[in-house]
Amino acid sequence: MNINMTLIGQTIAFAIFVWFCIKYVWPPISNALHERQKKIADGLDAASRATRDLELAQERSEQTLKESKEQASAIIEQANKRSAQIVEEARATARAEGERLVASARSEIEQEVNRAKDELRAQVSRLAIIGAERILQESVDEKAHRKLLDELAAEL
Amino acid sequence: MAAGNEVSTTYYIQHHLQNLTFGHHPVNGWSLAHSAEEAVEMGFWAIHLDTMGWSIAMGLLFIWLFRKAGKVATSGVPGGLQNAVEMVVEFIENLTRSTFHGRNPHIAPIALTLFVWILFMNTLKIIPVDYGPVLFSKLGVDYMKIVPTTDVNATLGMALGVFGLILYYNFKVKGVGGFARELSLTPFNHWALIPFNLVLEIVSLLVKPFSLAMRLFGNMFAGEVIFILIAMLPFWAIWVLDVPWAIFHILVVTLQAFIFTVLTVVYLSAAHEHH
Repeated sequence: MNINMTLIGQTIAFAIFVWFCIKYVWPPISNALHERQKKIADGLDAASRATRDLELAQERSEQTLKESKEQASAIIEQANKRSAQIVEEARATARAEGERLVASARSEIEQEVNRAKDELRAQVSRLAIIGAERILQESVDEKAHRKLLDELAAEL
Repeated sequence: MAAGNEVSTTYYIQHHLQNLTFGHHPVNGWSLAHSAEEAVEMGFWAIHLDTMGWSIAMGLLFIWLFRKAGKVATSGVPGGLQNAVEMVVEFIENLTRSTFHGRNPHIAPIALTLFVWILFMNTLKIIPVDYGPVLFSKLGVDYMKIVPTTDVNATLGMALGVFGLILYYNFKVKGVGGFARELSLTPFNHWALIPFNLVLEIVSLLVKPFSLAMRLFGNMFAGEVIFILIAMLPFWAIWVLDVPWAIFHILVVTLQAFIFTVLTVVYLSAAHEHH
C-alpha cells in the first residue's frame, strides 16, 4: 500500500471529470428533464382545462335543450289555442254565412211569392175580365153571377 | 489456481494485490517495478499505471455515455440510453435537493460525476480476479490490478478533490474571516476555548476526506481479498462461494458509491451553511 503520485493523478482526473460534467454533461440532460416536466405539467393542465370546458359545454347544452323543450311546448300550446280559435271563428263565420244564406233565400222566396202573387193577381184580373166578358156576352144572371163575383173577390 | 504450498499462496495473493508501478527507482532509474519491493523503494515519485488507466477509462466511459445521452436528449419521449441516464440524473438531483440546503448548481454535477465514476470503477470488481493479471502477464505486463478503488491512492485522491471543494466553498461562502470564526468559535462560543475549538474543528475537517477515502478503499479492498482467497479454491468449488459473494458485491458496489456521494454532498452542504 504505497502512497505515491497516483494520489495526485487521481485528484487531477477527478477535477477534470467534474469540470467536464459541470460544463458539458449535466446541463443538456437536466434541461431536457425540466423541459419535459414542464411539458407534462402543461399537458395535465390543458387536460383538466378541457375537462372543465367539456363540463361547461354539457351544462350549456342541457340548459339549451331544456329551454328549447319549453319553447316547443309553448309553441304547441299556442298553436292549439290558435287552432281552437280558428275553428271557433270558422264556426261563427259558417253560422253567419248560413244565416245570411237563409235570410237571402227567405227574401228571395218572399220576392218570388210576391211576384207570383202579382202575376196571380194579374191573371185573376184577366180571368175576371174574361169572365166578365163572357158574362156580358150571355145573360147576366144576377144571382148566379153574384156568387161567382163573390168567389172572385174572396180569391183576391 | 489451487494453492500448492504456503509460499506460492502468499505470492499469489501479493501478486494480485500489487499495482503496476512506474517510477524512479534508486538503482534502476525510471522504470516499471518488477517486484513489490522495487515499488516500495520507488517511494512517492511513482505512479500506478493500472489504477490511473482503469480509473480514467471508467471516467471517460461515464463522460462518453452521458455526453452521448445529453447530445440527443429531448424533452419528448426518451430512448433507452436517455432513459437510463435520466434515471441516474434524476436520482442524483433528488438526492442533492434533499441533502444540500444551499443554492449551488454545481453540486449536483459533482455528485453525479462521483457516483457514476465510483460505481463504474467498483463494478470492475465483478470481473474475475484472475482475468486482469493473467491476461496482462501474457502480454508481458507483470502486474495488473484492475479495480482502481482497491488502491488507496485512488480513493484518497478523490477524497482530496472533495476536500479541496470543501475548503473552496467554505472560503467562498463564508469568507476567510467567517471560516476562521467557525473553526475557532464552534462548538464552544467562548474566547478562552478557542484553542480547544480549533483542534477539534481542524481534526474533524481533516477526518472528513480521510474517512471518505478509507471507507471506500476498505470495503473494496476487503472484498477483493476475499475474491482472491475464493479464487484459490479448487476450480470446481470456486463458484459455490464466488457467486454469492459477487451477488453480494452488487449491493456493496452500489452502496459504497452512494455513500461516498451522499457524504460528499453533506460535507459540501455543511460548507455552505453559516453558523
